Amino acid sequence: KLCICCICLGLYNNKNRKEKRKTKMASGQQWVLVEMVQAFYEAPAYHLILEGILILWIIRLLFSKTYKLQETNKLTEKEKEELIEEWQPDPLVPLVSKDHPSLSYDIVTGPPSHKIIINGKECINFASFNFLGLLDNDRVKQKALTSLKTYGVGTCGPRGFYGTFDVHLELESRLAKFMKTEEAIIYSYGFATIASAIPAYSKRGDIVFVDEAACFSIQKGLQASRSVIKYFKHNDMEDLDRLLKEQQLEDHKNPRKAKVTRRFIVVEGLYMNTADICPLPELVKMKYKYKVRIFLEESLSFGVLGEHGRGVTEHFGVNIDDIDLISANMENAIASIGGFCCGRSFVIDHQRLSGQGYCFSASLPPMLAAAAIEALDIMEEDPDIFTVLREKCTSVYHALQGTSGLKLVGVPLSPSLHLQLERSSGSRDTDQRTLRRIVDYVSLREVALTIARYLEKEERYLPPPTIRVLVTVEQTDEEIQKAVSCIKEAALAVIS
Amino acid sequence: CCEDGPSLYNKPFVESYEETPLLVAVLTYMGYGILTIFGYLRDFMRHWNIEKCSVARERDEQKDFVPLYQDFENFYTRNLYTRIRDNWNRPLCGVPGSKMDIVEQVSHDYNRTFQNTGKIMRDVINMGSYNYLGFAENVGQCADAAIQVTEKYGSGVCGTRCEMGNLDIHQEMEELVARFLGVESALTFGMGFATNSMNIPALAGKGCLILSDELNHASLVLGARLSGSTIRVFKHNNMVSLEKLLRDAIVHGQPRTHRPWKKLLIVVEGIYSMEGSIVRLPEVIALKKRYKAFLYLDEAHSIGALGPNGKGVVDYFGLDPKDVDIMMGTFTKSFGAAGGYIGGKRELIQYLRSHSHSAVYATSMPPPVAQQIITSMTTIMGEDGTSLGADRLRQLSENTTYFRRKLREMGFIIYGNDDSPVVPMMLYMPAKIGAFGREMLKRNIGTVVVGFPATPIIESRARFCVSAAHTRETLDVVRGVRGVSGPLVRPLWLVRLFKGPPSIAPRGLSQHRFLIRHSQGESAPLNCVCVCVCVCVCVRVRVCVSKGEGGQQRRLNWFQVLRCVLGVQDLSCFKGR
Repeated sequence: KLCICCICLGLYNNKNRKEKRKTKMASGQQWVLVEMVQAFYEAPAYHLILEGILILWIIRLLFSKTYKLQETNKLTEKEKEELIEEWQPDPLVPLVSKDHPSLSYDIVTGPPSHKIIINGKECINFASFNFLGLLDNDRVKQKALTSLKTYGVGTCGPRGFYGTFDVHLELESRLAKFMKTEEAIIYSYGFATIASAIPAYSKRGDIVFVDEAACFSIQKGLQASRSVIKYFKHNDMEDLDRLLKEQQLEDHKNPRKAKVTRRFIVVEGLYMNTADICPLPELVKMKYKYKVRIFLEESLSFGVLGEHGRGVTEHFGVNIDDIDLISANMENAIASIGGFCCGRSFVIDHQRLSGQGYCFSASLPPMLAAAAIEALDIMEEDPDIFTVLREKCTSVYHALQGTSGLKLVGVPLSPSLHLQLERSSGSRDTDQRTLRRIVDYVSLREVALTIARYLEKEERYLPPPTIRVLVTVEQTDEEIQKAVSCIKEAALAVIS
Repeated sequence: CCEDGPSLYNKPFVESYEETPLLVAVLTYMGYGILTIFGYLRDFMRHWNIEKCSVARERDEQKDFVPLYQDFENFYTRNLYTRIRDNWNRPLCGVPGSKMDIVEQVSHDYNRTFQNTGKIMRDVINMGSYNYLGFAENVGQCADAAIQVTEKYGSGVCGTRCEMGNLDIHQEMEELVARFLGVESALTFGMGFATNSMNIPALAGKGCLILSDELNHASLVLGARLSGSTIRVFKHNNMVSLEKLLRDAIVHGQPRTHRPWKKLLIVVEGIYSMEGSIVRLPEVIALKKRYKAFLYLDEAHSIGALGPNGKGVVDYFGLDPKDVDIMMGTFTKSFGAAGGYIGGKRELIQYLRSHSHSAVYATSMPPPVAQQIITSMTTIMGEDGTSLGADRLRQLSENTTYFRRKLREMGFIIYGNDDSPVVPMMLYMPAKIGAFGREMLKRNIGTVVVGFPATPIIESRARFCVSAAHTRETLDVVRGVRGVSGPLVRPLWLVRLFKGPPSIAPRGLSQHRFLIRHSQGESAPLNCVCVCVCVCVCVRVRVCVSKGEGGQQRRLNWFQVLRCVLGVQDLSCFKGR
């Protein structure tokens, strides 16, 4: 409205002025003002009245309360109350269907060692990550007991606040010595180890290149770091090379940003989800070519691969200093609880103030640390144990080849193999039920197996349903044979 | 105390957060200023190799990589923390009970590394461990039971709950925990930190709103962040702030899309470990019911340590556990074990069993730890047929009351609730953090001292955790504190001179220290007036005294005058003036 008004006013004035100008063009610029006054006198009365009204109107518009869109939007208290009354939240948790496998856990009575009692039935254990059979080792048990008698069970505090015990320090230095690195740091929970280590270094804006098959704790660590995450195809070095090259191009465009963007490659030594070994030598080459740091998760490979069980670095003969950070848990081969990170002091020491799972959590119960030390002793004293394990793994691997209807996934050296359906029915639930029937069939014949469990909605790349076959040094050749023939029999019976 | 809701609280709810005195605040900032200046100076010298740099360096092969740390990132660690690093990570070599044995360490490279001297400091009074009920023991029924279980099961599990790590002992423990908490069902995990960080993502997700107390533990913050929900923070224990957030959330819905929120989750802790405060649970529950939000209560410190039956903050206020949707807690503290639990309705636990990250991917709890929990919990519940548990609970509450009262009487500023066994004593100045910790250790008392970033920058403090295992020890600690307090207590005493005795604000709102901090502007003029009056008095005294009679021109120096005014100096020496 105001605009229209102004335009009207302007038009009138202009019209008047133009008329005058035509007649008195010659009298020069200084006459303009005079002219205007003159025009004012000369103008007809109706003209003046109209202009006057227009001016008054403008003034009115300028000072009148403007119409606010906001005001009508504001809710009154009553309306707010109504809204609050009206709002209904979703239920806290959706109902879980009654036949969900997690609602009926298998109950293990007694220790889950070589012979395991599942739901009241004794079986040979092919389902625990007890690769070296240290779970019910007498020496380990005795050490744990002695420690329990000295320290009690709990630590009642985080590492900083009187939760550090001399056994923790001993275990850290022993692990560092075992892995031939400068320093090691222990966490009280295996899952939290890599999940805390990654966000201690990689922050918002940094870039992490991860293998698609990376396990769940890596995924959580990446999520906590809020970095940019780039997935490369499982064990596909060309794909990684492509991503790194892309990044290099990007860096050329913005060298200032590139100068402060840290890059990491996160891989597993022996993959939990696929039982594959990562091509470490190629990765190390990439590392120096593109200046990326490598974080290596060795939960499965530590205490398994390599001549002395030092993991995938020893397996490939890679210099351990070339890996920036190695993380592993002590819940598989070591058969205790907790995890550790090792590497150079420059890297590792940072976690003592920045590793959330280290700083803010109660420390590892001393008896578990003592058990881990004893387990390390056994591993150091008798490296043959790894040869035995390797032989067992290979024999299980070869024996399980050619099971009808089932495909064996993994490498011969892996003690944690997956049996996958050769032909999927297309529905995950049906597949899982089929595999479950095989597991049940086998357990009737006193062989314990388990289905690998995943959070189906949360996994980045959900692996297909599989049966986990875990090899330990305690399994005798006859037992392996029996298990394999049972599995073959079951596969025949269930699938066909 | 409780006039804003007499129906909600059945006993006085006294919680105090005295504001930081202005003088102390100024001095504290000065302290940090000086440390920072020296830090820069030393960094400068290290840069030009004037001072030898003892910090670990990057490998030569990787010098051209993008630096792993930003340079300023470690400034605080390098220049401030390292100076007093000996106050933390002191290694123990025995039970963390009422007394502990500490391995004596010495540093020859300015606290970068520590070497054992070979000596052991015996029987240091333990005021640092969260051993509220004194169950950290290596003898007695808990230890005996744990020994038996270790002999039978060994120490590990080598499997997850979902796969092959669900032992009978876990089932037994979970049934007991559910019974103890008074909930339908419970689920346990191997690590307390992970219980929070790996279960909140299963409970909330995109389109949900998490309302979190600003002083919540790192694990809760991490869990909330991993869940992908929107997070809003309310002021510590401030119900007005929480209600405002709740109202706004429901009225305005999600930002930008304006869709209604799927659910609201209030996340609070029972006892806040750095503040010693107790959550205003009755009010939280009232709000939660009114606004149909869900309540996640982390009882890490309060379970076992609060309430007539040791059942935590719900028991303390005499409330119904069913009003809390998710009861979370840890076994690390009062039970002397490790791990955490979640309790609640059966549907909740069933859902978590199948969707919790921890239950699906993490190794289950070691059997000896589970046994420790079972035994200690049975003792607390009195189901072992003895009154040992009840005795411990009574002892803890007596110790708490006594210790808090004594420290307050001595003129220290103590934070938190009167019934909370976590007792933070304010030190404020950075130099005092180290001094207090070391002096106390000299007197054979082990305390926790904390500063930034665990606390706000000017609120460094010492923290005492009272335990039921302490008997005479509490008294000794009080004596020790008095011994150390000489250089520490005086500035506070000076402040008291200006301000009168510590005030405990009566109303819930103003009790809140953040509001008090905001209102500091009002008391600042008062402080200034006090200082002015003091200066005037000093001048007047000096003039009076130095004029004297008999024309003797003996002058007092300003320091003497100040001492006169404060009543420290005996005036008799100036007789006749």
